[in-house]
Amino acid sequence: MSYGKSQAEQIREISGVNPHKCMKCGKCSASCPSFNEMDIKPHQFVSYVLNDDAEALVNSKSLWKCLSCFACIERCPRDVKPGKLIDGARQTVVRQRGADYLMPEEIPEHLDPKLPQQLLVSAFRRYRR
Amino acid sequence: MSRVQRIGVFVCHCGSNIAATVDVAKVAEMALLEPGVVHAEEYQYMCSEAGQAKIAEAVKDKGLTGIVVCSCSPRMHETTFRNAAERAGLNPFMVEIANIREHCSWIHKDKTEATKKAVILARAAIAKVNLNAPLKEGESRVTKRALVIGGGIAGIQTALDIAEAGYPVDIVEKTPSIGGRMSQLDKTFPTLDCSACILTPKMVEASAHENIRIHTYSEVEQVSGFVGDFTVDIRKKARSVNMEKCTGCGVCSEKCPAKRNASEFNRGLNNRSAIYTPFAQAIPNVPVIDRENCIKFKTGKCGICAKVCQAGAVDYEQKDEIITEKYGAIVAATGFDTIKLDDFDEYAYSQSKDVITSLELERVMNAAGPTGGHLERLSDGKEPKNIVFIQCVGSRDVTCRGKGYCSKICCMYTAKHAMLIRDKYPDVNVAVFYIDVRTPGKNFDEFYRRAAEEYGVNYVKGQVGKVAPQPDGSLLVQGVDLLDNKQIRTKADMVVLATAIEPEAGVRKIATMLTASIDNNNFLTEAHPKLRPVESPTAGVFLSGVCQGPKDIPETVAQAGAAAVKAIGLLAKDKLLTNPCTAKADELLCNGCSACENVCPYGAITYESREVNDHGIREVRRIAAVNNALCQGCGACTVTCPSGAMDLQGFSNRQIIAEVDAICR
Repeated sequence: MSYGKSQAEQIREISGVNPHKCMKCGKCSASCPSFNEMDIKPHQFVSYVLNDDAEALVNSKSLWKCLSCFACIERCPRDVKPGKLIDGARQTVVRQRGADYLMPEEIPEHLDPKLPQQLLVSAFRRYRR
Repeated sequence: MSRVQRIGVFVCHCGSNIAATVDVAKVAEMALLEPGVVHAEEYQYMCSEAGQAKIAEAVKDKGLTGIVVCSCSPRMHETTFRNAAERAGLNPFMVEIANIREHCSWIHKDKTEATKKAVILARAAIAKVNLNAPLKEGESRVTKRALVIGGGIAGIQTALDIAEAGYPVDIVEKTPSIGGRMSQLDKTFPTLDCSACILTPKMVEASAHENIRIHTYSEVEQVSGFVGDFTVDIRKKARSVNMEKCTGCGVCSEKCPAKRNASEFNRGLNNRSAIYTPFAQAIPNVPVIDRENCIKFKTGKCGICAKVCQAGAVDYEQKDEIITEKYGAIVAATGFDTIKLDDFDEYAYSQSKDVITSLELERVMNAAGPTGGHLERLSDGKEPKNIVFIQCVGSRDVTCRGKGYCSKICCMYTAKHAMLIRDKYPDVNVAVFYIDVRTPGKNFDEFYRRAAEEYGVNYVKGQVGKVAPQPDGSLLVQGVDLLDNKQIRTKADMVVLATAIEPEAGVRKIATMLTASIDNNNFLTEAHPKLRPVESPTAGVFLSGVCQGPKDIPETVAQAGAAAVKAIGLLAKDKLLTNPCTAKADELLCNGCSACENVCPYGAITYESREVNDHGIREVRRIAAVNNALCQGCGACTVTCPSGAMDLQGFSNRQIIAEVDAICR
């Protein structure tokens, strides 16, 4: 899918977000628990996608600092849902060919007895080629 | 109908509105080929003086009997062209409009396709005119009395203006007193004058006016009739206090033992007794018994209020009374309320008493309010040191939680609150989180800037994401400063929510009774958003105040006056012309089934026994009869009639089928 499209277009397509709907109220950034860890703030996600500057977004720290808590999605008054955008951006990275993001050898050190087995399976499906 | 029509077709360019997308010359040329058409021409602006003169000239020179104007929507200029035809000596109902602007040029891009469609639309209108017959308007009388639904500032002002013009007017108010939301406000922007000081005189004036009758604690129950001749049932709810006898001394409320009922007037911030007057300046100054919470009504014991009443005014036996009145015009002034905040729990409104709405703050700031006008936390009575105002709570919110529109008044009242607090309590820090500050209006932006510049109110561009009550009783506010690109976490003692406003809950019921249309947000719809802003699409029904859309007091008063003028204009007429496009039953086809009578929303159809001559057979049959004064021409009966006996004059089944045939040809 999406070949020939710019990365920003891909992000829009994957997330289903229309960044034009944003009215810049900042409620997403006001709600975000990871705000201080992010270099690009949640309310800025939309402008990066609008300005076709997906590369900066994809290479930002924010991409991996988002906890997917969905507070921004829940509270966005304009139905923009910046959390979906950042998830879309993550997907474009994850879906790149030739990249594995989860090594079996890394697993033991992260292993938590409470972790459901199913999560590991789905993580492998998602983050391994 | 039998004689051959001589039809003239007039195609309008509407400047470039039509001509840029439709080949108008081609439309005129094609129209000439249609049966009955003896004349066709095009012109830049058919509605102009010169355009109308062309129509008159053609009527005279070509002996036209019918006219088709291919132009804008009939809602725009049908009357214009009908009048022009009438002046030229033609029956105005021999004019048909083919809407080639809204239905064609404005919605299409391809000129060939649009031209094709315009030709078809013209053809349909021509086919109809071929079957048109002259119609004559009837007359109906005008009852010279107006009804105003709602006794807030909008209703009061409308009633005063109508009364001053010399017409009697009734106000129906559902709460025990007139005054509405404005009576709950402390000060008003941008002048900061006390709300009660400017409202109370108007309330007194209305109650003392010889042309105004006020029905408080009353609701409109049923509306029938039509413009100029409405019949309205008003339910006067049992007050349980005799209005004539009561002196308004207030002893009953004082002695009433059932004191723990949330005060509606104070937004539930304190309690009132079961027998109560909503506020000190209430008009009428007569209490009501809230029967749900009255011990006497609940258990049969008590009766203290009756015992202490020197005037013997308390009457537990009083019953709801329904009065029926006639009105020529009705003005809806039903007002607004703030939205429920159940879905906005991130602001902790339900978790903390110190998170309040702006309307609640009005009561807190008011000298007659629950705190005697002293600014304090409702949880512990302490004076707050840090107050955070949050704008757009539920406004401009397109999700299912909020309202998509701007509530319009919040930016200004928040500036007012912030300024008043900083003025009276200079050591209190005030921050306002905003998305945009919107202050169009005379002296409005200056007012807001004064709050920021002279009173040191800290305006922060950004929203608040969460308010979290802390164990120490403070409120942790997490917001964002978008200009600094920083997240802010600050402690506040009080949070004030600029809660979105919405039309009063009962408005849907009222709109249904008035057959007035209502939009997705429950605001009553105006007949035209720009050119008829105070009229409802239903004739004789006018709109005043926030029931039509969010607005502040000056705007409400202006609109109230405008609605009054429209009502006065109607009441000043002795007779109204009625729409001649009413239903008519063919007595030979009617089978007396009553289906039409059952669907008629206006009660315009009755059945009568009448002698008919059916091809030589004379017999008495049960036949539908339409009262032309009541019929509004909606057409429900025509589509219901199983034998095709009902026809709408001017829109007969034959005419409509002819149009369809012309389109499908």
